[in-house]
Amino acid sequence: MSIKKYITANEAVAHAARLARVEVVAAYPVTPQTTIVEKISGFIASGEMDAEFIKVESEHSALTACMGARMAGVRSFTSTSSQGLEYMHEMLAYASGGRYPLVLVDVTRSVALPWSIWGDHQDAIQQRDTGWIQIFTETGQEAMDMVLQAYRIAEDRRILLPVMVCLDGFIQSHTEELVDIPDQGTVDSYLPPYEPVVTLDVDNPYSISIGGFGRYYAAWRKEQQEAMDRARQVIVEAGDDFARIFGRHYGGLIEQYRCEGAEAIILTMGAFTGTAREVVDEMRADGKAVGLIKVRAYRPFPVRELRQALSRAKAAAVLDRDCSWGCEGALATDLKAALYSLPSPPTVLNFVGGLGGSDVPPEQMKYMLDKALSVERGAPSTMEFIGL
Amino acid sequence: MKLKEVSKEELYRCSYGCAGCASVLALRLTLKVLGENSVFVVPAGCISTVSAYYPQAPFFVPMTVMAFAATAAALSGISAGFKRRGREDIHVVGFAGDGGTADIGIQALSGAIDCGYKFIYICYDNEAYMNTGIQRSGLTPYGATTTTTPGRCFENRPKKDMLRIVADHGIPYAATACISYPLDFMRKVEKASKINGPTYIQVLVPCPTGWGFAPDRAIELGRMAVESGMWNLLEFENGEFHTTYTPRHKRPVAEYFEAQTRFRQLSPEQVEAIQREIDSRGAPGSS
Repeated sequence: MSIKKYITANEAVAHAARLARVEVVAAYPVTPQTTIVEKISGFIASGEMDAEFIKVESEHSALTACMGARMAGVRSFTSTSSQGLEYMHEMLAYASGGRYPLVLVDVTRSVALPWSIWGDHQDAIQQRDTGWIQIFTETGQEAMDMVLQAYRIAEDRRILLPVMVCLDGFIQSHTEELVDIPDQGTVDSYLPPYEPVVTLDVDNPYSISIGGFGRYYAAWRKEQQEAMDRARQVIVEAGDDFARIFGRHYGGLIEQYRCEGAEAIILTMGAFTGTAREVVDEMRADGKAVGLIKVRAYRPFPVRELRQALSRAKAAAVLDRDCSWGCEGALATDLKAALYSLPSPPTVLNFVGGLGGSDVPPEQMKYMLDKALSVERGAPSTMEFIGL
Repeated sequence: MKLKEVSKEELYRCSYGCAGCASVLALRLTLKVLGENSVFVVPAGCISTVSAYYPQAPFFVPMTVMAFAATAAALSGISAGFKRRGREDIHVVGFAGDGGTADIGIQALSGAIDCGYKFIYICYDNEAYMNTGIQRSGLTPYGATTTTTPGRCFENRPKKDMLRIVADHGIPYAATACISYPLDFMRKVEKASKINGPTYIQVLVPCPTGWGFAPDRAIELGRMAVESGMWNLLEFENGEFHTTYTPRHKRPVAEYFEAQTRFRQLSPEQVEAIQREIDSRGAPGSS
């Protein structure tokens, strides 16, 4: 029997790590992630979870220890935020290149300087090219459900890539909501025990995670990209299977909300989607043809899905809680590339906002959508900071 | 351990090591002690460079290449994983150079000793970043030239005392060794393998390429290092340091310096000052 409890997204993902039968946890404190590993420590102390908790001296070591545990053949978990994720950067690329099926929760937060413990997506976006599957979630329930799905996706023999589940600092991490916590038996029926492909096995010795010159290196990297391409399908399958067992479905790579006949569509990632949903409802009630796309998988990027969803719209309003300095919001750039091959692509308006924990209230989202409704298809793209 | 007990089996062979490489020798001797029931973590450095490019595979035990700073953290993770699987009998071994240990890897090493999982961390100390072309490290001794401490800008800081650093963590077992005293080194590896916790062994490996001597003289250079007092064979256990080998005849440090090129810029006065410093040292572990 599942139980319903008012808990934060951080507590929800701690439950997910417990239910995934994680055997090694390695983590280092950083706001706003810390309460996840506090909760996990509590589970271990109370005997609700049977795992080793390696209290490492840094995030660099946390991810390394998680890789080490996988080399020994056991499932691992870590979570971090912001500077911690930045500090892991070297090992993030190491883990994906080594095809380690790790799961990491990033409680997204701004990156210094200026110093800020508050939320945006800059930390996760700065890891975009490290080769991790990146999935953004909207609620505590979705965060918990995605951690369980992440193990399925990462460990799938067709994939063997690490998965980063992102949830918004404070908005999700420190806000309580009603979460349905499944029972162990049901989770076990969804997530089988970990069966590693290769370990440090003294009876069958391999040199693993070694180097390769030129063509060997390139061939290995090509396989990594092909696994990322396959991940689009596997993410959808993992979500569909999850829905069959648990009755909750999040839409696969993207979720479309009231996009039928929409002339202007707002794109969001993460917790701000909730606000956008209400704004779209309000504007639809006023007779305006607007819709919402929640981008769930940022890597692999849902190119085909976005092209299809936006083929009839005249403009897209992209909310980025990040910026690729000297260019624009990262989601906007990726979206433009995806739409490029459409015969008559919608105009992409980029809005960078919600940085450093600042809010993007309904009126700002309404402004974004009104602006998108007012442009002609084919008008030049724009980028602006909102809320300043 | 006696000489006749040493295994003839080679679990590491056909590497791309330089002629006369003592680091490769240290690795072979380590494997003779630990045998097939061991796994190795090797970070960036000489050994990974000469051992780990596909399709080459000179390790006949499981090994992984690790990021430069991350050796000891990987040991914790692997050891925790083996603990979960009831395989604490497997020796989890880190094999890192002096830069990977005393500089970029020191934070992870400190953290891993603190975590307390069972592992053997072996630092093969050739006293500089040899793999990248002989740059100074925290374990380059005072007076030595490297490509980043050339000529009169020779290394002007003493060699970092890693044994004391790890000892101050309350590590259950730590030791220094030298490749020229193979039984002493292998006994220490054997001792470390029987400890249920973190252990550290730092083995001096004279480097023909980096120190400037002929490839057939590494063993001789190692002996000179110990006999001159530039390097000491020590153990730390039960909270105490002790010497495992005291040379019968002390050798002047000048002889050791003359046998290699990296100290040749030192004036006689500077060599004398180093000799006085060695002569004034107290018992191991005393400050």
